[in-house]
Amino acid sequence: MTSPVIDWAALTPILIVLGAAVLGVIVEAFVPRNARRGVQVTLTMLAIASSLVSAVWRATVVASSGPTSIAQSPTGDGVGIGTFVEDGVGIAFQLIILTCAFFAVLVIADRTQTGEGSFAASAATQPGSRDERDATAAGLQQTEVFPLVLFSLGGMLTFSSAGDLLTLFIALEVLSLPLYVLAATARRRRALSQEAAMKYFLLGAFSSAFFLMGSALLYGFAGTVTFRGIVPRIASATGMDMLLIAGVVLVLVGLLFKVGAVPFHSWTPDTYQGAPTPITGYMAAGTKIAAFAAMLRFLYLIGGGIEWELSPVLWTIIILTMFVGTVVGLVQSDIKRLLAYSSIAHAGFILIAVSSFSQRGISATAFYLLAYGIATVGAFGIVTLVREKDKSGNILGEATALAKWQGLGRTNPLLAVCMTIFLLSFAGIPLTGGFMGKFAAFSAGLANGGTVLVVLAVLASAATAFFYFRIIVAMFFRDPAEGTATVASEGFSIVAVVTCAIATLVLGLFPQPIFNFLDQAAVFML
Amino acid sequence: MLSNETAFPWLTVLIAVAVIAAGALWLVKPLHKAARPYGLAISVLIFIGFIAAAASGFDVADAGVVQLRETYSWIPAIGTSIAWGVNGMGLVMIGLATFLVPVVLLAAWPELEDEPDSRSAGYVAWILVLEAVMIGIFAAQDVFLFYILFEVMLLPVFFLIGRYGGENRQRAAVKFLLYSLVGGLIMLVGVVAVYVMGPGGPQGFLIDNLAGAISGTQSAQMLVFLSFFFAFAVKAPMFPVHTWLPDATEQAPAGTSTLLVGVLDKIGTFGMIALCLPLFPEAAATAAYPIMVFAVISILWGGFMAIASKNLMRLIAYTSVSHFGFMVLGIFSGSSVAMTGAIIYMVAHGVATGALFLTVGFLARRGGSLEIAAYGGWQRVTPLIAGTFLVAGLASIALPGLSGFIPEYLILVGTYEVNATFAIMAVFGVILAAVYILLPYQRIFTGPRPAVEVKDLDGREKVVSGLLIVGMLFLGFAPAPVLDAVRPVAETHAELIATHSDNAAAEAVAVVAEGSTK
Repeated sequence: MTSPVIDWAALTPILIVLGAAVLGVIVEAFVPRNARRGVQVTLTMLAIASSLVSAVWRATVVASSGPTSIAQSPTGDGVGIGTFVEDGVGIAFQLIILTCAFFAVLVIADRTQTGEGSFAASAATQPGSRDERDATAAGLQQTEVFPLVLFSLGGMLTFSSAGDLLTLFIALEVLSLPLYVLAATARRRRALSQEAAMKYFLLGAFSSAFFLMGSALLYGFAGTVTFRGIVPRIASATGMDMLLIAGVVLVLVGLLFKVGAVPFHSWTPDTYQGAPTPITGYMAAGTKIAAFAAMLRFLYLIGGGIEWELSPVLWTIIILTMFVGTVVGLVQSDIKRLLAYSSIAHAGFILIAVSSFSQRGISATAFYLLAYGIATVGAFGIVTLVREKDKSGNILGEATALAKWQGLGRTNPLLAVCMTIFLLSFAGIPLTGGFMGKFAAFSAGLANGGTVLVVLAVLASAATAFFYFRIIVAMFFRDPAEGTATVASEGFSIVAVVTCAIATLVLGLFPQPIFNFLDQAAVFML
Repeated sequence: MLSNETAFPWLTVLIAVAVIAAGALWLVKPLHKAARPYGLAISVLIFIGFIAAAASGFDVADAGVVQLRETYSWIPAIGTSIAWGVNGMGLVMIGLATFLVPVVLLAAWPELEDEPDSRSAGYVAWILVLEAVMIGIFAAQDVFLFYILFEVMLLPVFFLIGRYGGENRQRAAVKFLLYSLVGGLIMLVGVVAVYVMGPGGPQGFLIDNLAGAISGTQSAQMLVFLSFFFAFAVKAPMFPVHTWLPDATEQAPAGTSTLLVGVLDKIGTFGMIALCLPLFPEAAATAAYPIMVFAVISILWGGFMAIASKNLMRLIAYTSVSHFGFMVLGIFSGSSVAMTGAIIYMVAHGVATGALFLTVGFLARRGGSLEIAAYGGWQRVTPLIAGTFLVAGLASIALPGLSGFIPEYLILVGTYEVNATFAIMAVFGVILAAVYILLPYQRIFTGPRPAVEVKDLDGREKVVSGLLIVGMLFLGFAPAPVLDAVRPVAETHAELIATHSDNAAAEAVAVVAEGSTK
């Protein structure tokens, strides 16, 4: 068998990111320690920026000459093998992921004036040990963080364009494994961070197993793992419906785990809380966007044929997800956990758009995720800057208790206003991107018979608004809390936060260009 | 329909001036010192601009038609445009809003003096933002735009109550927010549904394109109508979703309460007339009867609760619940007389209740309490406050010659023609009104002179009271201009209910007849 012909140009966004990741590993080995961080930050930013540029270029190519399958068989039948496709939806999601990742990396790269970042000086040392103190005292930096972020980013980009179940699985692992490691690298409360990573890893491994099992069943059903091969079999095969449905549901479980939908959500609060905050922001935005992209493609191509059988399952999950995210979110007193439950509730809202099985559902999902991703990265960026302070004025770790956020409106109006914009966007108050996303998602749901879901969703939104406004009340109506300080960092974070806040408003005021782009991009290639 | 585009974009300019002025005040630190005169000047300027717009761009002879129109494409992908325009009703409501804002700023002058500069600048800036949103809502000709402004309006009010109110202000602010948000989000379902059920397209949200073009089964239309109506009933506030209002007014500063009850709550009744009736005439006609029942309950419940209130701000809030009952009764009666009354009531109530809130604010600043029991004999100490309170009170209990009389009379007469029972029950509300105004007056102002030494109204407060009293007398003696502006609107909208309920009645009769022949 000869090897297939591959359209390398179409892979440039992914190749740049993965290439830079490999380069980053080499940097770790050969560049002197004190120069590493600068090199890594520059390399990472450049990689993401040029990947973004090349993704824009690919978007124009797809817009003019249509979608293609990247691997063509050498015999030249012209239709391609279908393991990896380049179509409007895939590129749109890649653009969204890259945009959010760019801001997330700004937050990840940031350090305080004293050169203290969010990551452990040496993640391999035992928490509380002498090695740890020595590493911290020596001012070491865990700069492997950057290549790890790039590897997982490469996985995310592949995830949104994968055209068969094996590619999808490999992408899933490539995006997850670095994240498991990254979740364990927090500088403070390291035991909590490692516990979070362990939980994330164990449950993630479980869900991967589900995913793989589902893929195996689908292979048994169709004799192939490409979407292109499975779809025609759905119409022709008889008597094997159970295999198909079981396979689709199991694959779906794997994806629902990644988006944090109930009942596969239990890792979310712990992991969000324990992971280093910049990683939480990156993971909350990136993983969710990539997983929804893959879920859309999988559901619309393969699940579309068994929509009737799937709907009850999806409806149950949506209602549970909104309900749990909202109700449990109401009683949280830690801002990271609160945002985690908020992200669960958002997964429910997005699933409404996904389950509408319509073209409008695709663009609504994409828009919602863009607005959500930007606001999430910004909000976690702010969390990194609000710190505890001891009696003698030393800056300690992040002040994640809600009570510590009191009076932020007076002590640091800029951060408080930006946080308010993100919270309003989460709550779906008009003039923010979050509102437009919700509107689009609910429109898609309502147009396709999901009236009950939409009514439940607006009630849940009203309840979630309660906990967002609790933060606003604390920031603006209370007197400043003792022992809280905001840090002026090197400036990366604040740039990311302010840009995200502006972007959130722009998405709310002038969403037309994005809607246009997504509407014309919202067609899957088989 | 777009033939009468105006040469000069008056409405956009009025809104933009308010927003930009607020933004400038927030961002430019040196302005903070002069926040009050700055805000007053801007709001007076906006009022003058409004007068100029009304004089140059609005033809009262044609008041039933939407004028001063501007339409700009905004987000064609979801069918929404930025479309402004007013008919007679919108015009008088904007008039009320732009008139009350400078009055409120003037009344808040001494309170803000005690605040640090940045806080008083914040207050003025939020009030200006609120003014922009109010003008926008009354001028919105696009359902989506209306909804956006309807929700955005919560933010300035939330901050005005939560930052500048009394002791329990945070609770009151959150309660206000949640009630409004639940109402608003339920309306969001309706907004989404309206587009799906309407003609669609890049201008699918324009009221003109939606009116009479909403397809769907009767029950679907009814549900969408109710989703809108619920939001407006919370806002207006009607029994049984009114409980946020007493809490909010008790904690809010008097000026905020004035705008909240005087103008913002009118958005509820305004929305019922401007959106519910033209978009869902059949559903509105079908639901009219139960709605009128709730309206009558509001009238009586509000009256009784007002009598039982010990706190002056709560008392005024409950009187408003009663008054909103009158408006809703008039709107859904299907009589054009009662509808005219309801629209004028919206203006008259704004002025009279505003005067009550502000006068009580003046009183509380001197007496240090909002409890009725804390006062007695104050007529002898502060005769001007007593006088203003009495005039405003009499206006709100509909004494002939003051603002409340004509609208209340019109509503009762109009309703009586349609449904005598409702009208007679509503008359009890008028009697209750006499009790809930005159009793507190007696307790607070009559009796032996108390041993307090405070000054009566100062010059600024005299201007505030004077302006409001002039407004009440104007609406009492010379209501013709307002009447002319709103009557055409009332006629077309009342007809929507009347014809459809006739149809419904005719159908019902036909069905019964058919059944009996079988």
